[in-house]
Amino acid sequence: MSDLAKKSIKEKGLPLIEEPKTKLPLYISLRELSLRYHFGTAKIQTFFEGLKEGKVYMTRCRKCDEKFFPPQADCPKCLESDMEWIPLSGEGELLTCTMITVKPSTFAHYDNYIVGIAQMKEGVRVLAWLQIDDPRKIKPKMKVRLTTVRREPEHFITYEFAPM
Amino acid sequence: MRDVAIVGVGHSRFGNRYDVRIDELAWEAVREALKDAELSAKDMEFLVVGCTGGWSAESLPAVICSEYCGTLPKGSMRVEAACATGSAAVAVAYNLVASGYVDLVLVLGVEKMYESPGPVQIELIGRAGNYFWEFENFGMTFPAYYALHATGYMWKHGLKEEDLAQIAVKNHFYASMNPKAQFKKKIVVDTVMGSRYIAWPLKLFDCCPLTDGSAALILASESVARKITDTPVWISAIGASTGTGNLSKRDMFLNLEYSGLESAVEAARQAYKRAGIDYNNAAKHFDVACVHDCFTIAELMAYEDLGFCKRGEGLKLIREKQTYNGGLIPVNIDGGLKAKGHPIGATGCSMMYSLVKQLRQEYRELAGREAQATIRKGRALAHNIGGTGHYAYVTILSLEKPHK
Repeated sequence: MSDLAKKSIKEKGLPLIEEPKTKLPLYISLRELSLRYHFGTAKIQTFFEGLKEGKVYMTRCRKCDEKFFPPQADCPKCLESDMEWIPLSGEGELLTCTMITVKPSTFAHYDNYIVGIAQMKEGVRVLAWLQIDDPRKIKPKMKVRLTTVRREPEHFITYEFAPM
Repeated sequence: MRDVAIVGVGHSRFGNRYDVRIDELAWEAVREALKDAELSAKDMEFLVVGCTGGWSAESLPAVICSEYCGTLPKGSMRVEAACATGSAAVAVAYNLVASGYVDLVLVLGVEKMYESPGPVQIELIGRAGNYFWEFENFGMTFPAYYALHATGYMWKHGLKEEDLAQIAVKNHFYASMNPKAQFKKKIVVDTVMGSRYIAWPLKLFDCCPLTDGSAALILASESVARKITDTPVWISAIGASTGTGNLSKRDMFLNLEYSGLESAVEAARQAYKRAGIDYNNAAKHFDVACVHDCFTIAELMAYEDLGFCKRGEGLKLIREKQTYNGGLIPVNIDGGLKAKGHPIGATGCSMMYSLVKQLRQEYRELAGREAQATIRKGRALAHNIGGTGHYAYVTILSLEKPHK
């Protein structure tokens, strides 16, 4: 579109194009916006330290025993912020999954990926990618293991499931 | 609290609307609603705009649309509840009138999605969960969230992809009669089964399209409504609920023996309680319903979440064609989100447009006799879900005044 707009400015002096499908006139904005967010991690820094050591942490409220994954630092139930950080054993049972073939624009560079939710032994559930060579091998309630991995090509640490 | 009635409705043509800007698109619905109520823009005392935005250029759609539609200098605001935005806007407007703050409120649902490319829209809707834990690392998409429910349902109840296809066939059938709908072609089960996967087990024809569109409603207090129309359609009850951002925290869909949206059940129970309706026998209280079928699985879950049938029996309703016009309860006989289209912020208002026309028995003039429900109970239901049960609104409309 933007190449079309540039061409159109050159020819007619305006970034006006004819939309290919409908043949309707469109004005292509020249103000392209690129957005990248940043958010604070101070209250759950242990989670990220854990990833570096190969661990995936959950939290448990020391006062009321409420368990949290994603981990959180504050307990809305008893209004306390006294959390125990517990590394997950990794043992889980697959509750549901999907394979994403139409991807968001920022995920277009990955192969099709499978996302699953598993019930973990510790009582929390986790959503993550499931690595499996053949999706036809996926069975309801199959045993899966959660581990930390490097995601390529970015090479950052995240976590994912694989069959046990 | 005062009783509140809908006294005017309007609706744009849905689809890819490269021919108009957002304010011009809004005007199509607003003009029709004003004409329907025989009022002018200057009569409006407040404008509530449902618009999710992000994909369109205007940051302040409530202001831009107030200016274009001629409601200045009256107060306005934009309301957001993801795909339930339209119903949330109605809830706000309802309370503005019920509380006695004003007597006439214009509610406008409008969305201009095609101002951004498709992959960007997919990205922005995919972020509608808990951003870091679902999107940043795992690239969830909106179809994928509902696909997780579809897989869960398949594993528990023996749902087949062909069953879901039946829902798409029904909604395309009714959209073919609706002149405002995005899709005009009838389809068959093979059309759905032959389409490509978007997020397994959901295929292209299990999914609603991306849509530009607007719908407008005029809400009035009882005394003002009586002067405007002989057939006010009352807002009998509204139920609203919020679900967890993280899908992994949904107990009902992941732990128990059935699939569904907890927030939708809660919103329905609230609305039914206010309207005096028995949850376990809900279908018999309504002449017609619009439910949130952004994906075929969503309509199936809605049957059960609304108490139209027991858990796991939604399949029976669609297999026996009980949700066609003339069945136990006609559902989405305007084409639904699936085939009429789903302009995010406009959808809730669009549902209520269809239901008001149905209750007034004017829908036949728009779409023909085959799509006009028989009005015996004088009651209709709108079930509007934001995200994947992140927001849930159930609105009950009635020809009978709520408080005697």
